[in-house]
Amino acid sequence: MARHKTTSAAGMTRRERYDAQQRRRSLIVAASSTAIVLLAIVLLVPMAPGWEKVQKSFFNGAVLAKSFPKLLDAFLINVMIFAWSAPAIAVLGLLIALARDATAPALFPLRIFGAAFTDIFRGVPVILTVYLIGFGIPGLGLPRPWNSPYIWGSLALILTYSAYVAEIFRSGIDSVHHSQRAAALSLGLSDRQVMRDVVLPQAIRNVVPSQMNMLIALQKDVSLLSFIGPVEIFRQAGVFKSLLANFTPYVGAAIIFLAVTIPATRYADHLLARQRKERR
Amino acid sequence: MAKLELRGVVKRFGDVTVCNGVDLDIEAGQMVCLIGASGGGKSTLLRCINLLEPIEDGEIRLDGEDISVPGLDPQGVRARIGMVFQNYNLFPHMTALENVMLAPRRVHRTPRDQLRPAVETLFRRFGLAERMHNYPDQLSGGQQQRVAIVRALAMRPEVMLFDEITSALDPQLVGEVLDVLLQLKQEGMTMVLATHEMGFAREAADKVCFLKAGRIVEQGPPEQLFGTPEHPETQAFLARALK
Amino acid sequence: MFKTLSLTLAFALVSTSAMAGGHCAAGKTLTEGKLTVATGNPAYYPWVMDDAPESGQGFEAAVAYAVAGEMGFAAEDVIWVRSSFDEAIQPGAKNFDINMQQYSITPERDEIVDFSAPYYTAPMAVLVGPGAVDTEATMAALRGLKWGAVGSTTAVPKLQNVIQPDSDLLLYGDNADVNAAIGANQIDAALFDLPTALFLSAVMIEGSKVIGQFAPDSSDNPDQFGMLMEEGNALKTCIDDALAALSERGALAEIEAQWLQDTTGVPLIK
Repeated sequence: MARHKTTSAAGMTRRERYDAQQRRRSLIVAASSTAIVLLAIVLLVPMAPGWEKVQKSFFNGAVLAKSFPKLLDAFLINVMIFAWSAPAIAVLGLLIALARDATAPALFPLRIFGAAFTDIFRGVPVILTVYLIGFGIPGLGLPRPWNSPYIWGSLALILTYSAYVAEIFRSGIDSVHHSQRAAALSLGLSDRQVMRDVVLPQAIRNVVPSQMNMLIALQKDVSLLSFIGPVEIFRQAGVFKSLLANFTPYVGAAIIFLAVTIPATRYADHLLARQRKERR
Repeated sequence: MAKLELRGVVKRFGDVTVCNGVDLDIEAGQMVCLIGASGGGKSTLLRCINLLEPIEDGEIRLDGEDISVPGLDPQGVRARIGMVFQNYNLFPHMTALENVMLAPRRVHRTPRDQLRPAVETLFRRFGLAERMHNYPDQLSGGQQQRVAIVRALAMRPEVMLFDEITSALDPQLVGEVLDVLLQLKQEGMTMVLATHEMGFAREAADKVCFLKAGRIVEQGPPEQLFGTPEHPETQAFLARALK
Repeated sequence: MFKTLSLTLAFALVSTSAMAGGHCAAGKTLTEGKLTVATGNPAYYPWVMDDAPESGQGFEAAVAYAVAGEMGFAAEDVIWVRSSFDEAIQPGAKNFDINMQQYSITPERDEIVDFSAPYYTAPMAVLVGPGAVDTEATMAALRGLKWGAVGSTTAVPKLQNVIQPDSDLLLYGDNADVNAAIGANQIDAALFDLPTALFLSAVMIEGSKVIGQFAPDSSDNPDQFGMLMEEGNALKTCIDDALAALSERGALAEIEAQWLQDTTGVPLIK
């Protein structure tokens, strides 16, 4: 009988009705405030005295149409460099992480190496590494095609990003509860088997969202290779900028980057949110 | 000669002495229950027997062979002594079946196909046939703990150690796990339990040991230890525990 | 002492009054009575010697002082500032009256900023690294080389449209990086305007050589250097008049001969 008092015809309790009403209200408030801000930008920015000049040199439709297909072509180079660097980074990063956590005394040099590696490559700006390796190693006198800036530039990215990725893997290894190790050891597995079959699969799964963020950063940093020759999207935009005395090609490049990185970022956030929910 | 013999076992963590000279004989086919308040050294003692913790002093002998010699490769011993933990510790990234087959595949190098029939039999015997392909997070606590037991049994151990395996379970799930222990006892498994289940210890154990401050204060058959405890500390503990 | 001071003062008064007396540039410069000229940071030989434009040494420094003189500015009324390429072509107010940094005049750039009449027409020239010094100065031979260039120059469209090399271009941010790429043997050849190519070959890249130049008329788009000014700058007509007068008198050609010497020995590319 008491239930009848609080249940409406729609079958909702009064708490549910109240929550639904609150949700509707906040939705309306959010939508209208967003609309007002957008409207203000669309209406007010063109009223700024410099807007026409800015529009002409940053948002020039004719220039965008002219440069966009070539920018897309150039972006394929970014994709290519990304495609071969990312797996190498994953493998090297994992090896460095394992080297840093090696406990056997014979592997002590490996630990030292791992620590030095991460310290050095996390401590130096990527662009410097790209320059030093991209021009430096081929400068030693390697024959073509082994002196290609694609090879050595990619290596610079691989080394730098492996250092970061290794640290993330290590935090992932630490995040696996020690009772998992104990359980695996109690079954008679060796240290190596415990790491390979029990710890690593969980560690890697735990750090997937963080590593996704590294991939997104890598995707952007591929453009740093433009400094040592490859005509990827950032350089191609720069060529257009100089040729046309217009910054719109940079805006075009930004649009292409965003088209890739926004979905990737959303996906990484989604993975992270799901993982948080699972842990709860 | 007893199956498992502990002689003056001492275990310290830094300045804290957790096991302080434990002497204990466990005969083949016996179920021995370790009771006592938390922090008395029950769990640590089990971890020492499984060589998860090295001991500072004393000896642990399995079939008369000293397995606590420093430098001994622990893998062979652990393959002969199974252990089950309070929090199940199933591997969350594997199905129940994969959890169970991992150690035999890696340690005994037995291929999956060859393992499969025996492992399926184990699952059926403990009422888990329907659950073989589930991941741990799809199982109840009781089911997880039974899978953990099956996982240890799949290595065909000679001795099983149980570390408060019902403490994390909802009360209504405790029974199904204790039933498994009774089943194992009937099959003649040598078992050592650290437990808070006084009723179970009293009914099922062949020998009960009361531990306090890293020592066995008193040990004997359950009817003697529960019925006519001699030591005042045992009496005090039981008075509290059986209230 | 007093005498010198009063003399200077008198001179300053005279020159100010001369400016105020209705000269073309009056009231059109950033600072009244002064001409503010921008150059690169640093500025290079042979455009500015020793990075010191105040000396009037170097082609662009000399042209700047000649133009300033023609407009009635005394040498000490020329003020030098430094600027980067990007700063100069951004829309908005400038901190200079004119900017001389070997800016190629292009119609697209002309929409954003103003250019003076050209003060120099630079031919494009091919600089090759030590491994390719024997390359013939023919299109066919050039096509087979691995090419590089500075990405922000008109060398890029020239390469793409005129030379059309067989392999992909590599582009760089500045001359120093092109040098590094030649040094690392990552490219065989790079396209610069002739004065830059000669300078790089002589001073920067050991074993390199300028093997040929394009006649300015063989390309539909010869590089002409103009002085860059803010869009709509009223000073432009004064500058153009001054340049025209200098050119007519042969003074511009003299300066060019003095600082950008005769480039014989670099054959035309057939």
